[in-house]
Amino acid sequence: MAATTVEPGALRERRTALHENYLNVKHTVASWLLTIDHKRIAVLYLVSISFFFVIGAAAAGMVRAELTSHNGLFLTNEGYNKAFTIHGIIMVFFFLVPAIPATLGNFLIPLMIGAKDLAFPRLNLLSWYLYISGGVLALSALFLGGVDTGWTFYTPYSSIYSNTNVVIMILGIFLAGFSSIATGMNFIVTIHKMRAPGMTWFRLPLFVWAHYATSLIMILGTPVVAITLLLVVVERTLHLGIFDPALGGDPVLFQHLFWFYSHPAVYIMIVPGMGVVSEIMACFSRKRVFGYTFVAFSSIAIAVLGFFVWGHHLFVTSQSMYSSMVFSILSFLVAIPSAIKVFNWTATVYKGRIWFTAPMLYAMGFIGLFTIGGLTGLYLASLAIDVHLTDTYFVIAHFHYVMVGGQIMAYLGGVHFWWPKISGRTYPEGIAMLAAVVTFIGFNLTFFPQFVMGYQGMPRRYHIYAEEFQFYHILSTAGATVLGVGYAMPAFYLLWSLRYGKLATANPWGAVGLEWMTPSPPPTHNFEDTPTVTWEAYAYRSDVEEEAQADRESMPGLGEAVEEEAELDRREGRTPPEFGGAPAGD
Amino acid sequence: MSAEAVHAEHGLEQHVGVQYSTIEQQNESYIVGMWTFLVTEIMFFGALFLALTIYRSLYPAEFSEAHHRLDKFLGTVNTFILLSSSFSMALAVRYAQLGQRKGLIAMLLVTVLFAAGFLGVKSIEYGTKFEHHLFPGPSFDFNYEEREKQGIAEGGMAARGEEQAAVAGPIGLETNRTTGPVLEDRKQMFFVLYFAMTGLHAIHVLIGMVVMLVIILLAAIDHPAVRDYIPIEMAGLYWHFVDIVWIFLFPLLYLIGH
Amino acid sequence: MEHHVLSVKTYASVYAALLVLLVLTVVAANFNFGTFNIVVALIIGVTKAVLVILYFMGVKFGTRLIWLWASIGFVWFVLLFLTLGDYITRGSVIGW
Repeated sequence: MAATTVEPGALRERRTALHENYLNVKHTVASWLLTIDHKRIAVLYLVSISFFFVIGAAAAGMVRAELTSHNGLFLTNEGYNKAFTIHGIIMVFFFLVPAIPATLGNFLIPLMIGAKDLAFPRLNLLSWYLYISGGVLALSALFLGGVDTGWTFYTPYSSIYSNTNVVIMILGIFLAGFSSIATGMNFIVTIHKMRAPGMTWFRLPLFVWAHYATSLIMILGTPVVAITLLLVVVERTLHLGIFDPALGGDPVLFQHLFWFYSHPAVYIMIVPGMGVVSEIMACFSRKRVFGYTFVAFSSIAIAVLGFFVWGHHLFVTSQSMYSSMVFSILSFLVAIPSAIKVFNWTATVYKGRIWFTAPMLYAMGFIGLFTIGGLTGLYLASLAIDVHLTDTYFVIAHFHYVMVGGQIMAYLGGVHFWWPKISGRTYPEGIAMLAAVVTFIGFNLTFFPQFVMGYQGMPRRYHIYAEEFQFYHILSTAGATVLGVGYAMPAFYLLWSLRYGKLATANPWGAVGLEWMTPSPPPTHNFEDTPTVTWEAYAYRSDVEEEAQADRESMPGLGEAVEEEAELDRREGRTPPEFGGAPAGD
Repeated sequence: MSAEAVHAEHGLEQHVGVQYSTIEQQNESYIVGMWTFLVTEIMFFGALFLALTIYRSLYPAEFSEAHHRLDKFLGTVNTFILLSSSFSMALAVRYAQLGQRKGLIAMLLVTVLFAAGFLGVKSIEYGTKFEHHLFPGPSFDFNYEEREKQGIAEGGMAARGEEQAAVAGPIGLETNRTTGPVLEDRKQMFFVLYFAMTGLHAIHVLIGMVVMLVIILLAAIDHPAVRDYIPIEMAGLYWHFVDIVWIFLFPLLYLIGH
Repeated sequence: MEHHVLSVKTYASVYAALLVLLVLTVVAANFNFGTFNIVVALIIGVTKAVLVILYFMGVKFGTRLIWLWASIGFVWFVLLFLTLGDYITRGSVIGW
């Protein structure tokens, strides 16, 4: 049995981690581009997703800059259409959908369930190449002049009348969709079949439940948008006009099929974020998540119910009134499982021992902003109100509250929380907390005015608008600038930490979970021996310390190294967090 | 995937990947993984079946008239071919499970031949459709065949223009099911769906053929990857799925009419 | 997972049944059952599909997990048809 031997004291004497881990095991380009290690693939995704985020953010910057003037500034009508289209496409398909699953999910799921890798490592690598190929096509479409249909590609404009690079862009999205499907397939089989002995379904971290639910949606929904967008390509190239009114085709059928995926897609985007928040909340309240079973099943409920509500995007089309009423009621129902989660998180924090860190700030921001976003969704689910609010900035504010205020904050919180595990370094906590606050302020300044002006009638996708809204737009753009600063800060200090950050211990937060029981960063095969799980998911109590001690002992060398670290910390006046016990600095 | 253990049983050889602890776990994982992929394929084709259902119920008369142009005999032949190919594929998987390489190669070859036959019949069908101007687009002319028989030269758009009837009113089952002229363009919609659905299916048949040929080649050189029956079983699952899609396409496109 | 190898006889019987059902499909198409045309065709089609799934695809002897995933796809396929609810109820109310 090969032991991870680490000489006591060695950790402090080197600038880099001594133990062999997934990052330092090989340094060639080929070892990265041909890796089948889920952790390396997660890092590949992390880098590429960040790249696409910057592009999507640049497009957002163009949109917000343009909107500071009410009669156009530097973009033509068509230019503005292209700007918001590329912003939507990149952000939805190339950032939000893969962000948490492909980076944090890929990295953590095998660790959290005690497996050595995902079920299909090579499929995992293929999914990254599909994502990159799709991205290359999307960027090509952009460089060839962009697309002006909106990210929703409504027909017949997209299928017949638009003169922009619709086909190339759609093919890019098509490939990204298959990347998503591959990830979903991998997660489902992994979670079913690769759990360590003793890791029953109800001992799984809620992060894993969330990703299982997300994978269900990926598998069941993505193919529908794939074929629908393919039909638009086929209509443009081969004249097989399924949505062509001249042939008796119904453009609303496109909308039905498009939203059949795209509504569940928003749950693909948010549910993993909810999983992250559950983990962070438990760790930084030092308490198990209240109502574990409810939270676990609520993820599945969101995934299932999310498939029954797509018609609420078609309220003002020729969709029948009876159909709309059914979709309206179902849309109210789907809010319930989300609300259950929010209640449970609140109950988790109650009487917990709260420890403020950057991840905790992001998670708390998530809960507040997601609640606002979710509640405004109920406004939009009400038929009569939706007639006035649809296609206004109210809708834009609603989905940015859930997607940006929710999802992106959860993503950043997760990246910070697991940063020590992924990189082996700790980031500077003070600046990180500042960045979280700056992001929160910038976000609200950007998007709250949009609720107001939307309610007052400012239409979406317009860059020439009534002067009465200009004040709100200027506020919003100012907020966007602050938000940009808030996003740029982590980019700098996280990269800085890779070289200058303090070396991380296996469990710097004192959290409960299998991923915290391997070194930071983990070795390639995660665990030398498959662990046996005997404890509940969030066993944050001091009486679990003995079991935790036994588990540390099962990893030869690590226990000593961690204790040596702890001893050094004590000598230098820092109190290390105890496993599942008191947080640092208590 | 490095081989940590080799599981051998009557002529089979299965390598257990590093991330798996038992061969049973690995086998079931691959089969379930393939099924999740087939679920995505069901949803992929599903949207087209939905479109067919919707448009057929909106334009029953036009679709009925249009579908008579499909060759029922050739459609039946193709269904027979695919069902037979499923049988030979099942036998191929059985040979793989028993570790009998020669039987595997033979049955896969039979399946490939059937698949080629299917595509051959399809190309004949498509050929006649193109000849009779039944492919959607600017050249579509539903009555071209008849006009040709009557010796009328290609009237093209003008001749077709006389046959167009003005249409008004919302798209709804009520308003269209009642009286009103039979609209030529709705017949074109039938062919849009026909080509989209059978075309997509034919692409899947082609992909299946390629996969089978690769397996045949690997088995011919006794490559270790196909000494394990699981890849063949996965290919089999895919192939049976392609068969099932056709099982539904055939009656819905070729046979159902009023 | 049990390594179930079915006999040639089993496969051949299923194949024979499928061919019989194919004949039935074509014969039934020559009769007009009115609105039940499609119901008849679907029943025969589903029977064929079930035979292929249970025997050729091995689901009959598969684990519970395989049964689950073999069924989910078809259930979700049916969900798509909720869209029909829109088309069926259009034009039912004057002016909408």
